Amino acid sequence: MQIRKLGIIAIAGALTLSAAACGGDDTGSGAAGGSTEAAAPKTLTYWASNQGTSLDNDKQVLQPELDKFEKQTGIKVNLEVVPWADLLNRILAATTSGQGPDVLNIGNTWSASLQATGAFVPWDDALLAKVGGKERFLGPSLAATGAAGQPPTALPIYGMTYGLFYNKKLFSEAGIAEPPKTWDELIADGKKLTKGDKWGLAVEGASVSENAHHAFIFGQQHGSDLFDATGKPQFDSPKQVAAIKQYLDLMAVHKIVNPSNAEYSNGTEAVQDFTSGKAAMLMWQSIASQTKAAGMTDEDYGLAPIPLPDPAQGGKQVNGMVAGINLAIFKSSKNQDAALQFVKFMTSKETQQTLNKTYGSLPTVTDAYDDPAFQTPMIKTFQEILGTTAAPLPQVAEESQFETLVGTAMNKMFADAASGTPITDEYVKSKLTDANEQMQAGG
Amino acid sequence: MMFMVVSTTPRPDAGRGAGPPSGAPHRRRGRIFARIPVRFRRLSLPYLLILPAILLELLIHVVPMVIGIWMSFLKLTQFYLRNWSAAPSVGLSNYRIAVDFDSAVGSSLLHSFLVTVVFTVLTVALSWLLGTMGAVLMQGAFRGRGVLRALFLVPYALPVYAGVITWSFMLQRDSGLVNHILVQLHLADAGDRPFWLIGDNSFISLIVVCVWRTWPFAFLVLMAGLQNIAGDLYEASAIDGAGWWRQLRSITMPMLRPVNQVVVLVLFLWTFNDFNTPYVLFGKSAPEQADLISIHIYQSSFVTWNFGSGSAMSVLLLLFLLVVTSIYLVATSRRRSDA
Repeated sequence: MQIRKLGIIAIAGALTLSAAACGGDDTGSGAAGGSTEAAAPKTLTYWASNQGTSLDNDKQVLQPELDKFEKQTGIKVNLEVVPWADLLNRILAATTSGQGPDVLNIGNTWSASLQATGAFVPWDDALLAKVGGKERFLGPSLAATGAAGQPPTALPIYGMTYGLFYNKKLFSEAGIAEPPKTWDELIADGKKLTKGDKWGLAVEGASVSENAHHAFIFGQQHGSDLFDATGKPQFDSPKQVAAIKQYLDLMAVHKIVNPSNAEYSNGTEAVQDFTSGKAAMLMWQSIASQTKAAGMTDEDYGLAPIPLPDPAQGGKQVNGMVAGINLAIFKSSKNQDAALQFVKFMTSKETQQTLNKTYGSLPTVTDAYDDPAFQTPMIKTFQEILGTTAAPLPQVAEESQFETLVGTAMNKMFADAASGTPITDEYVKSKLTDANEQMQAGG
Repeated sequence: MMFMVVSTTPRPDAGRGAGPPSGAPHRRRGRIFARIPVRFRRLSLPYLLILPAILLELLIHVVPMVIGIWMSFLKLTQFYLRNWSAAPSVGLSNYRIAVDFDSAVGSSLLHSFLVTVVFTVLTVALSWLLGTMGAVLMQGAFRGRGVLRALFLVPYALPVYAGVITWSFMLQRDSGLVNHILVQLHLADAGDRPFWLIGDNSFISLIVVCVWRTWPFAFLVLMAGLQNIAGDLYEASAIDGAGWWRQLRSITMPMLRPVNQVVVLVLFLWTFNDFNTPYVLFGKSAPEQADLISIHIYQSSFVTWNFGSGSAMSVLLLLFLLVVTSIYLVATSRRRSDA
């Protein structure tokens, strides 16, 4: 404990040295975590990720469930919704200081990285049995819960993957009968849809995680491996360069993405462009609550798989990643029993049905699928992508560093593309080589 | 030129008479006190009084600094975050990486350093110039002076986040107020609006926002400094036929020199270290053209989860600021004693 307390001071010190008064980011987490000690024993702190239209919207969605949990068990849950841009850093700060929440959401791609810190309670078979056993959980989602051969570091609660959302009205106005099936069709459709202040497709160009996810998906399509057999990063391989260029070219060459999207960073703006009709297509995970808030129905928009690559290209037939949210318990939590009860509640059939229905995501437990709400065409499409053509990100300890380094490099590339810098292979390669070097220097 | 230096140092005999009360109930304590020489007792009182402040200073500033320096010799990655005392020592390797300007890490650190130097020089110069102009122009009484003074201080009084986030909304490309006005005035083409938060312009945006935030401080302090200049100096010089400009050069500026010395130093340190403004304006990854060093260090610690390397960069920054500050203080005080 002493050591951990010193740890807080140390991190604070390192950052004050640079006079980095990183207000909300580190200090905030320490304070928020304080409740584990100070409050009554029957209180949990829960950090939720931003799944809805806004942080507030998430609170409205989750609070009734938390109230239900309190009624059932007498355990009060203090909820804090953490924006995506801050979540990983806050988890790191909480890990360093040992002053974190009791239970928290993590992006499932970070599982192996966070597992390496040893901050979370591992879900061995005995513990898993308390929430219904391993068999209850969906295979692909369970594959993204940590390094192979180790007990899961967190349990999946929302299953997701990427799909191509398209605006039916804008498509028919442009005389396009159905969503694109190949990448060339997507570009051609995008060009038809781009006119005036309407654009073919929206991207979140300054969002580190969105960029990294697309780097991975298109990397798979080109047959790129982010790490070689010995675990060394190879972010600047020619295949990965081609993959990232394919994505950037939507803005730089084909001009079907609004250059302003290079400023979009908080993970909601591209979705807003889609729901407000400013952009006709969007490659994204579930957006059910956002479309509902915008008054869009199945009449207005549809979902198709992101076009698979031409098999002749030589890559993998992948058009999505195993995305989703996992739920973890902090080892430092003083309320392990209460935390376990809460995880049990969150993975129960009823809660799974209610929350996944609202968020438009996929339940991660098999018994939740008897609800007709999960038989809609849109959910079926997502289910099929997740089950057949989605690949999990590498479950290695360095995964988060890949996301941050390559995602950040792509922010800069989008910024350059937006201001008219030609995006050549050499240019993309040089940026990725930098990311690669930083990874090696840091590791 | 002579200067009146107002001394606030308490005289050595200021603590006299504050000795412990002697009386029957305090006999035992009194005996212990009696063994301590009177001189020592008097001398120790001021130290006792500032002891809490020193302890807090140690706790809040010095201890973290020392731990930060220690961390800079460790390989503090995700595997050791929970128990970072177990992190292996790597000697100077974190420093070697930071100053290896051929590598990606070193060259980007150097780039960020140079950006910060240019940014600081421009921001401090502009803030000081605006502050001085404002203070001098507000020196004479006129109607509405109070309102204007209050208005000028608003950016300084606003919480950083509230002020800067508003700027970031105004500077957005599609929906921002700045571009809206530029388009209305036909200074920019509606189809090809300029970017303010990414690309080359981001540097200008950052300077504008920082100057907006810091010049009221210079204004406030210089205005206070002006109050200390006796009015009869101006009267006497006016009788000698000195005009406004001459008065400014020969009375106002020299009399303000000690104030300026402090203002410029403080502005320099604040601006060089500014984290909040770029963080709120650009988010976690600042554009390369406006990649200030504090945010760069923060970003590169979290990017690779190697906090040892981030600490090493911070220590280098600390050393640089110490050197600059000492040179500055030596140079300015020498000039003062020469005068």
